[in-house]
Amino acid sequence: MDGDLKGDIRPNLRGTDIERGGEAGTRGFEDTLTGEQKIRNFNINFGPQHPAAHGVLRLILELDGEIVERCDPHIGLLHRGTEKFCEHKTYLQALPYFDRLDYCSPMAMEHMWCLAIEKLTGVTIPRRASLIRVLYSEITRVLNHLLNVTTWAMDVGALTPPLWGFEEREKLFMFYERASGARMHAAYFRPGGVHQDLPPVLLDDIEAWADHFPKVLDDIDELLTENRIFKQRNVDIAIITEKDVQDWGLSGPIARSAGLAWDLRRSQPYECYDEFDFQVPVGKNGDNYDRYLIRMAEMRESTKIIHQAIAKLRVEHGDVLARGKITPPKRGEMKTSMEALIHHFKMYTEGFHVPAGETYTAIEAPKGEFGVYLVADGTNKPYKAKIRAADYLHLQAMDHLVKGHMLADVSAVIATLDIVFGSIDR
Amino acid sequence: MTDTTDLQTPAQVPEAPTDPLDALGASIVARLGDAAMGHAVTHGELAIEVDIRRIVEVVGFLRADSACPFSCLIDITAVDWPGRAKRFDMVYHFLSMYTNRRIRVKAQVSEEEMVPSIIPVFPGANWFEREVFDMYGLVFSGHPDLRRLLTDYGFRGHPLRKDFPLTGFNEVRYDEVQKRVVYEPVKLAQEWRQFDFLSPWEGGAFALPGDEKAGASNPQKGKATTPNTNR
Repeated sequence: MDGDLKGDIRPNLRGTDIERGGEAGTRGFEDTLTGEQKIRNFNINFGPQHPAAHGVLRLILELDGEIVERCDPHIGLLHRGTEKFCEHKTYLQALPYFDRLDYCSPMAMEHMWCLAIEKLTGVTIPRRASLIRVLYSEITRVLNHLLNVTTWAMDVGALTPPLWGFEEREKLFMFYERASGARMHAAYFRPGGVHQDLPPVLLDDIEAWADHFPKVLDDIDELLTENRIFKQRNVDIAIITEKDVQDWGLSGPIARSAGLAWDLRRSQPYECYDEFDFQVPVGKNGDNYDRYLIRMAEMRESTKIIHQAIAKLRVEHGDVLARGKITPPKRGEMKTSMEALIHHFKMYTEGFHVPAGETYTAIEAPKGEFGVYLVADGTNKPYKAKIRAADYLHLQAMDHLVKGHMLADVSAVIATLDIVFGSIDR
Repeated sequence: MTDTTDLQTPAQVPEAPTDPLDALGASIVARLGDAAMGHAVTHGELAIEVDIRRIVEVVGFLRADSACPFSCLIDITAVDWPGRAKRFDMVYHFLSMYTNRRIRVKAQVSEEEMVPSIIPVFPGANWFEREVFDMYGLVFSGHPDLRRLLTDYGFRGHPLRKDFPLTGFNEVRYDEVQKRVVYEPVKLAQEWRQFDFLSPWEGGAFALPGDEKAGASNPQKGKATTPNTNR
């Protein structure tokens, strides 16, 4: 498996004008004699306001007929300077910015920030908090994959899957809201644990949802998996190999579609993922269709983890925050103890200090490896926070992936990369 | 507030590497010769310090060597330390999916220095290097397409440098008369105030209001200041 297979993996190009090559801009048209008849490559602008662009993506596409010769993504249209903001806010104030990175999987973003701070401060979170984090990380994964798979179907022409998928997303947003008070930008995972405990009835409701959800997946499966149009649009499109994964730093479902069984939840377990029983779905062909199948399978696996986490949470009681300097005191304590009141006040104004040091902490977010490189200088603000977004690298590989494909495949490839501009542009 | 002493590990080579990560770091540094300055393991993460002029060679070695193969590029970024002679740190992160290890490669760079591009080894470095150029103004030699990446078309300055103000210099708005977006210098409705919230007891770098006059020879000119209850 190496890059030389290019001719084989894109059989639609064999023997065509592209393959034969020619002078730039006039490929395959050496036989034309007059200047008027010369055909030059066509540059088109895709986006930044395009329904299939999944956000503010601007692509400059160089086309030869309908074949894409070059693809130059222009990003940064949603750049808000999150990393600069982080340097000017306390650690806790920087947390809500993370929700707004990958806004399709907000809690996963908070998670990496919390883990990085906990690593530098040496805090171990209570087991119940860890289980809640696993539970909500998996809810987040389902949220993200439902959005991706169903809007992807819409990009290639199917309208029903997003309607069905969004109904389930709505239910999951309700679970977000019942835990944190916010539907999307939850700010629920905090350094030292999670903000508030879950009521038992919420666990019952999540379980009832998880019992019913595989049926919804079966329905979507029935609509898409053997659908002729969906397969024609995705099978053998944008094939990636193990070498591509290494060269372009691909991760998550995209790396797994190339046959690499690489999942940080399994290979570098964080929280208490090591005690959960789940499978890591791996692809065989590395094409769009494999990535679809992987995401569908991952949703089923996440549902399994949700069941296990609920069972564990039912027996595991206790605090959800590691009470100490980086977390606020209990409400009741704050009302009665002067020390606790001072702590509460200092905690939310000055914030906590993180000992000097640096760390790169990564998690398996639904889109791939998200990580944060955090440099602390001992004060209450990060000295430097670099957010490593998986879809940033995935979009970078776009040129490599769509070269030689048809223009119509571009939107399918954008969908398969699962890009969100909140995290790419930061 | 949290005790800092035991968590700060200086970046020096320990004598007897017992931890496998430490041993790997020691062997990498030994085999890189004078391209590498040393290694450290902090918070279970391996970091090596190298010479930026030989970064391509170092990265090539890390990718190809069978004991490492750090064949997956994770991240490239820079850190600005304005007080230092060599102002910037280039920081590279790599991952080996085969040995399940990570490594951080750091190199100091001065403001005028060119950084060799590692695109020949990792094509995926392209955008990261463009981003570092955009955000920090470091120039990469051998980069095929060193344009700005995240900032606006025609943007000036390098936003993540510590001397770049948070508010920036220009703001945009839609002008109803000209029917287009116009660029204007930033106008703040009130003066920019920097609150660092650092406790005056614990090394805040500022003087409390009123305190700055404490050491002055001439007393107050009768202007009543607000009483400082903090001291």
